[in-house]
Amino acid sequence: MKPLLSVRNLSTRFDTFDGSVYAVNDVSFDLKAGETLAVVGESGSGKSVTMLSLLGLLPRSTWVTGSAIFAPEGFELDLLSVSKAELNSLRGNKISIIFQDALRSLNPVMTVGEQITESLITHHQYNKNGAHKRAVELLEMVGIAQPDKRYYAYPHMFSGGMRQRAMIAIAISCTPDILIADEPTTALDVTIQAQIVELTRRLQQDLGIAVIWITHDLGVVAGLADRVMVMYGGTGVEIAPVDLLYENPGHPYTAGLLGAIPSIAGSSADRLVSIEGAPPDLFQEPRHCQFAWRCRYVFDRCWKEKPPGYIISPGQVVKCFYDGREKTPRVEE
Amino acid sequence: MLRYLLSRLISSAALLLGVLFLVFMLLHLTGDPVSLMVSRYASPEDIEALREELGFNRPLLVQFGDFLSGAFQGDFGSSFRYRQPAMDLVLQRIPATIELASVALLMAILMGVTIGILGGSNPNTILDSIARGIGLLGQTIPTFWLGLILIIIFSLRLGWFPSFGRETFTFLGLTLPDQSIVLPAFALSLFTTGQLARFTRSAVMEVMNEDYVTTARSKGLKKKRIYFKYILKNSAIPLISIIGVQFSYLLSGSIYIETIFSWPGLGSLLAEAVGTRDFFLVQATAFFTSLVVIGLHLLTDLVYVLVDPRIRYR
Ligand SMILES: Nc1ncnc2c1ncn2[C@@H]1O[C@H](COP(=O)(O)OP(=O)(O)OP(=O)(O)O)[C@@H](O)[C@H]1O
Ligand SMILES: [Mg+2]
Repeated sequence: MKPLLSVRNLSTRFDTFDGSVYAVNDVSFDLKAGETLAVVGESGSGKSVTMLSLLGLLPRSTWVTGSAIFAPEGFELDLLSVSKAELNSLRGNKISIIFQDALRSLNPVMTVGEQITESLITHHQYNKNGAHKRAVELLEMVGIAQPDKRYYAYPHMFSGGMRQRAMIAIAISCTPDILIADEPTTALDVTIQAQIVELTRRLQQDLGIAVIWITHDLGVVAGLADRVMVMYGGTGVEIAPVDLLYENPGHPYTAGLLGAIPSIAGSSADRLVSIEGAPPDLFQEPRHCQFAWRCRYVFDRCWKEKPPGYIISPGQVVKCFYDGREKTPRVEE
Repeated sequence: MLRYLLSRLISSAALLLGVLFLVFMLLHLTGDPVSLMVSRYASPEDIEALREELGFNRPLLVQFGDFLSGAFQGDFGSSFRYRQPAMDLVLQRIPATIELASVALLMAILMGVTIGILGGSNPNTILDSIARGIGLLGQTIPTFWLGLILIIIFSLRLGWFPSFGRETFTFLGLTLPDQSIVLPAFALSLFTTGQLARFTRSAVMEVMNEDYVTTARSKGLKKKRIYFKYILKNSAIPLISIIGVQFSYLLSGSIYIETIFSWPGLGSLLAEAVGTRDFFLVQATAFFTSLVVIGLHLLTDLVYVLVDPRIRYR
């Protein structure tokens, strides 16, 4: 079956006063309808920029190349080459995104309710009354008590957890095919985090939404994801089904990350712990493996070429030359 | 809400009292006015007698108390020069000053906010440079110099506007100023225009980088909606206090302009009163001006609460 979203060779470069920043380099991944793909990687590895590139939400003087074929039922188009107007008609409608800091992501001078109605009115031709009714239903769906009263509340009157629920209500208002969640629980305390994760999982099952969940929390990954993409230095260095990744990590960086998880599952300590060495310099266009500086298994080839993707077991793709195990060249679709 | 209002009222009243005390003391530091009122040949005894009669020989604090109790009953003493109650003179001049300040504020908002929005929404473009230039210019050109230049160009050379005085006409029972207000109002507005242009520009630029604007774009909203409901609405909030402060500045700061253009408002009255050391008139004008400034600040704070849902009284 055709994937819902198929990203190929996505690269993003920012031109700044200090020079070009190569934030995303050659990222390729697929997302199937209804599944959950977790994206993990240390700070600055390009997780957010990858998603913002897909949605065309980056500032001017940003260069994005590659392709991202979005193929829900009925049509198919490339997110990176459609017109601005077409992309705008997909955003908040077929593809939604929620961010880490819900307080700063909501308009402080507009009621939460009105902010939920906006996408409905823009994309689904709701009238004011209909949108109001639907917004109250959505508030109820995301577990906010007294939704008809809370409709009129402003964002600052909500708790952190409620604000993230409101963001989710906005994001699912048009029943999108894809929901991108960029570390939506990082700013919340542990019990609330679990509630938000649970809520997302429930909505995803009820509505059949595919979710891309960016996180630092490997506990969340294990509990929520079908597949995982590990990012390093702007590249997806490994993609694998979640159990395969934990059992048999294919990339030295992944192995390092997993080795660093303490065994008490669910504790707030099981976040990514950084691995020895400095993160890569994004001001240089990558010409070799970005992880070479920090890799225990590095050899001369790693400094000469960028590793292509190798399929090392069904569904597990690794960008690494290390031949301590059997590898076959990646099969092109 | 009521408690907040009450405490603000009390502190405003205290501030007003403080200002009046300061004006009173500074005025009396320059000597008492009796020496100005008598002829050069008056004997010391005559002067002393007049001083006694007018009550200028009593301790300053007693005189201040006198002034306050009079002020409470609306009696600010009489102008030496006009031989009329000082407050009556002030009240006669108020409409002209309010007119001038309002027209100037309107001009400043129209020009300053527009320039600021254009610059702030297109950072680092030619438009932005022009906006920054005007902002800077407005704040550095001396008002009286600008007033003179305007008179030379637009009334002496081109003859479009009168160079002094205030002419009015009646429309629907209202007395309104005619084109004689254009030059003084424009000259007065320029500083505020610059101030508003600068603040608007930076407010818009800041808001455009806010996360909620990215959210709005991620929702696929129309550009127009993002612009008005997200960017401009949020940028307007910090502007309210600046507009309030600027209006009180315009109301009280028109001394130069009113003098240059012979505009019969409070500013020219104050200039005249200070020049002739007309004590009671200075005090009455100062009282009124302080009242307006302090009142406007209070009002600004209240408007804030209405506009910004995040602010609530404790
Ligand atoms: N507008 C921009 N201009 C220049 N560089 C940028 C811009 N936005 C992001 N970057 C750079 O791109 C790189 C990737 O950033 P990104 O936000 O995608 O990281 P991330 O993986 O999401 O990290 P985190 O976990 O901290 O959110 C960083 O080095 C960042 O400094
Ligand atoms: Mg991020």
